[in-house]
Amino acid sequence: MSDKAENQVVDAGLDETIKKLTPEKIKAVVDQVLDKECSARLQVYIDTCVRCGLCSEACHTYLSRDKDPRFSPVAKVKNTLWELVKRKGNVDGNFVRDMARIAFTECGVCRRCSMYCPFGIDIAYLLLTVRRICARLEVVPQYLQDTTNSHAATNNQMWVQQDEWIDTLQWQEEEAQGTIPLAQIPLEREGADIMYSVIAPEPKILAQLLGNMALIAKVAGLNWTMPATDGWDNSNMAMYSGDFEIMGRVERLHWETAARLKVKKIVMGECGHAFRGAVYDGPRWLGWKFPPIPMVHAIEFYYDLLKSGRIRIKEKFKEPVTVQDPCNTVRGRGLGDKLRYVINELCEDFTDMKPNREHNYCCMAGGGTINCGPPWKRSRMLSNRIKAEQIKDTGAQIVITPCHNCHSGIEDIIGFYNLGVHVKFLSEIMVDTMEIPEELQA
Amino acid sequence: MYDFSRGLLVWIAFIFFFGGLIYRLFDTYRKAKKDKVVLPYIKFKYGLRSILHWIVPFGTVNMRLRPAFTILSFAFHICLIITPLFTLGHAASIKQSWGIAWPGMADGLSLLMTIIVISGSLVFALRRIADPAVRLVTSYRDVIILIIVAAPFITGLLARFQVFDYQIIIILHMWAGALWLMIIPFTRIVHMLFFPLTRAYMGSEFGYVRNARDW
Repeated sequence: MSDKAENQVVDAGLDETIKKLTPEKIKAVVDQVLDKECSARLQVYIDTCVRCGLCSEACHTYLSRDKDPRFSPVAKVKNTLWELVKRKGNVDGNFVRDMARIAFTECGVCRRCSMYCPFGIDIAYLLLTVRRICARLEVVPQYLQDTTNSHAATNNQMWVQQDEWIDTLQWQEEEAQGTIPLAQIPLEREGADIMYSVIAPEPKILAQLLGNMALIAKVAGLNWTMPATDGWDNSNMAMYSGDFEIMGRVERLHWETAARLKVKKIVMGECGHAFRGAVYDGPRWLGWKFPPIPMVHAIEFYYDLLKSGRIRIKEKFKEPVTVQDPCNTVRGRGLGDKLRYVINELCEDFTDMKPNREHNYCCMAGGGTINCGPPWKRSRMLSNRIKAEQIKDTGAQIVITPCHNCHSGIEDIIGFYNLGVHVKFLSEIMVDTMEIPEELQA
Repeated sequence: MYDFSRGLLVWIAFIFFFGGLIYRLFDTYRKAKKDKVVLPYIKFKYGLRSILHWIVPFGTVNMRLRPAFTILSFAFHICLIITPLFTLGHAASIKQSWGIAWPGMADGLSLLMTIIVISGSLVFALRRIADPAVRLVTSYRDVIILIIVAAPFITGLLARFQVFDYQIIIILHMWAGALWLMIIPFTRIVHMLFFPLTRAYMGSEFGYVRNARDW
């Protein structure tokens, strides 16, 4: 258990669902997942861990909660998976609830701990295995499950209907035309060089980001497109809720859409976990070693645009900035240096957090934690005091967050700890600072 | 008893040790093939790069965060492996039994290394009690393993100085050593075998697949 308030968190996704569990059902699911779905890694990791606790210092939740031992990565595995293995799946509903709380709300599966474990044990994978068991038992935080249900019904995370999708793109095209009259969001352009991929929060709540891409693409002179059909969203919360069947469906449709449009590559917008789902987890579930079509993340895309001179900066952004390194693109793709190149091209005054790059602390929003919704927000905030301290120490006024989860997570932390700073995506700074050739201007 | 301990027991221990390690390797390979996302992603270059970072003292961020523990841990593991291999008494026994000219190291050095192993075990045990994060995940098995690991060194030290009855102590020493070898493949000390495997896999996942560092 965490502190008292956290014990009182009411979440129908956990509280009501455990009432339907029977010991036989729990055991059957645990056996199925541990014996049939997992194999070498699970066995080797359980046997190899020497319980040294060297992973503790890696975890932002452990550090943020005054080194409470229950929040060290190894403790999270001990209190979930080891117990399941030890008791051969003979656990009750309350145990499953605790397990779900730990795996879904107290770990962002950011994988920082694997860089601190002498054996490189993939602790995040072990906790995702716990989530998988919870998902098979249908014990998943309600808000997170809702996003998975949305994926199942609409193929996107936020119940966006096809007409709303197209309408939003056309609206943002018009918005962009206020700045560059010839800006476009080309739909269904077969054979385009680039398919631009976004996640559902963009059309739903951050539509201006779509307009930003229209501006950037016009200035850079890109031949790009977006699908008018389902398959545009690969944000894939199912990957984090443990519903791998839905995860596979979402990724398959995304890749099939790119294949149908015969694009040369996909550019993933500023989202980390969508990138992870599309490039790593999705293809593996579908039986592909690597993605069938090249995919680059926005960081790399902006890097190429700036490096090649397709985008030139008129005047650099003046306010002091820092950056949150997203786990899935920096630790998960090694884009730390390119990210810093982009920031230094766009901004005058950049200060790094300490530690940074692969060693930066998690935003405690990714990995599905923020999608567990308002009931767990206070717990998330308590679990990331260290991020607030890191941000404060930089003296920056703006935290650049090239990932939707980092963006929302850092925004929450700024509010909770009264930091008085703001978050921005790279694209927001880019459209404000880039040079728009005269012939394109309104 | 002495003859059995010097003769058959050694072979039994070796059979368990080597046989066990081979079995664990084979079993892990079989499971890794079933776990389809492991073997295709392992790349020698990145695996080795990661292993090197983690076997060089202070080669990783976490080691630099804990200098005292890093020094102790490296000293402990090096002494744990080197001492039994090259102690003068062992070299003499190998020469006597199998006629192989085995290199032995200076008596004082093996004494020092033995003391490092014993005091290292003690510090590890105390750390298990003192550090809340470690205490929470410690079970009685972790303590028993530490005792089994330290036992050959403690009895070896007693035999070296002929404390108590030498004949009894030396037999205890041989049994403790045999027990230690035999449990390696079947307890958490199997990390000796799995370290390069898990490291190579994670090194490849980070380096080959994700273009990132894991140290």
